[in-house]
Amino acid sequence: MKAAFGATRGVIPPLLLGVVTLLLWQLAVAAFDIKPFVLPSPTAIGDQFVNNLPTVWSNSLVTGFNSLVGLLIGAVLGILLAILASLVRVIDELSSAVVAAAMVLPIVALAPVLYSMFSASQQTARQLVASLAVFVPVYVNTLKGLRQVRPVHRDLLRAHAASTGQTIRVVTLPTALPFIFTGVRIASSLAVIAAVIAEYFGGPIGGLGKSITTAAAGSNYPLAWAYVLGSILLGLVFYLAVLGIERWVLRDRGT
Amino acid sequence: MTREDDKDMASEPTTTPAVIAENVGKVFPGKKGAQVTALEDIDLTVARGEFVSLIGPSGCGKSTLMRLIADLDQPTSGSLSVFGKSAKQARLDQEYGIAFQQAGLLPWRTVRRNIELPLELHKVGKAERAKRSKELLSLVGLTDFGDNFPDQLSGGMQQRVAIARSLAESPNLLLMDEPFGALDEMTREHMQGELAHICAETNAAVVFVTHSIPEAVFLSHRVVVLSPRPGRIRAIVDVGLGTSSERTDHLRESETFFAAVSEVREHLHGSPDAVPMGVDNR
Repeated sequence: MKAAFGATRGVIPPLLLGVVTLLLWQLAVAAFDIKPFVLPSPTAIGDQFVNNLPTVWSNSLVTGFNSLVGLLIGAVLGILLAILASLVRVIDELSSAVVAAAMVLPIVALAPVLYSMFSASQQTARQLVASLAVFVPVYVNTLKGLRQVRPVHRDLLRAHAASTGQTIRVVTLPTALPFIFTGVRIASSLAVIAAVIAEYFGGPIGGLGKSITTAAAGSNYPLAWAYVLGSILLGLVFYLAVLGIERWVLRDRGT
Repeated sequence: MTREDDKDMASEPTTTPAVIAENVGKVFPGKKGAQVTALEDIDLTVARGEFVSLIGPSGCGKSTLMRLIADLDQPTSGSLSVFGKSAKQARLDQEYGIAFQQAGLLPWRTVRRNIELPLELHKVGKAERAKRSKELLSLVGLTDFGDNFPDQLSGGMQQRVAIARSLAESPNLLLMDEPFGALDEMTREHMQGELAHICAETNAAVVFVTHSIPEAVFLSHRVVVLSPRPGRIRAIVDVGLGTSSERTDHLRESETFFAAVSEVREHLHGSPDAVPMGVDNR
């Protein structure tokens, strides 16, 4: 009873804020006669979203698939390289400069170059941009997590003559797991953002980013906003999916 | 009653002592080339089935000595053998079980899977592991807690899990670094009683690091008193309280117990002359 009450109390304020914001937005657009190319009203965006639901959905699938491929590739690479860096000092030292550079590099800016490297008619460049965007936070967080092993655990495994592989599997990775999840959770919405924006710079037809630019170019601003709404929802789905997996995997851990 | 009586004579074909340390020293490199001598000239033999406590002020190197025996650190001088092997070989052969001041349980594993960890690392089959963990859970009185996670247990219970884990592979040597150091006095005395009982049952030799005099005297056949840095053996006190199985709580009230406590205390405080008058025989 009390828990349910607490849950609703956590949900209601942001929900209320959202509704109030939408209402004010709607009123402002009507009151000040704001033109649709400046800012369409929420109802106009909602209309377009509902009327174009099939195309929003099919474009979301394209972008969603690119984001997912990017998320998987980037996360696996990030985790593997972080493990390697935690084992071999030289790799750690070599990679720290590269990672620092990658952190300040606007990764989507690579999209045009990647489109010419790989064919502009393929999704490869978009997936690569997404995976690069994912790689950095996953790598940084995983490496930090791998360094959290408690000395008493390290001594214990050594005392029991555990091999390097066993130590990684039994102690190092489980210790790092919450950190890895934090990295992947941050990266999940980054993957969607990167995949959407990469579409702005070219590549094949299809995808939410491409649809946003096409609709805006055709002066159909409410439709462009409907695709933006689609991108927001897609990013939310990715974030919540990772959060759900994280909660489930770490369900037995005391905090 | 001497300690020769409770050596494990039946099952062991050899009489090689559990631990032999000869002239063992350990120097840690300090800042700017300065060196810290943690241990110096340690000569010590621990017989099979013998319970030996290392006691001394903080920083006297008693934990370091235990870590050298466990091959978690290497001596910088002298030689060390465990069951006739080098410390490293003994570690690789899993000749000892170990318990630390912190229980050091893996929080994402159940109590049962924590106890089974050493067996799992050495590829013991699932059925065998389950059988052994069941025995150990009942030995440390935690039969009903096998499926709990460590966070759900009290400090004393966690420490019992750690002891059960150290016994998983039935080692002939137990290394314990202040395993009861973080417990309250009542739990501590209770755990000491249980440890004495476990030692009587398993007949393992024990090297036990502590800074509690009554704890050392209650549990040990011999108490090794170390001096402050650099750690040297100042004295070895033969307690003579009988075998581990005879160490029950009424011993804490006995004359022999008090006498041994005073003797250890005198050695700890330096030469007997330096002891202030009227040593209290609490």
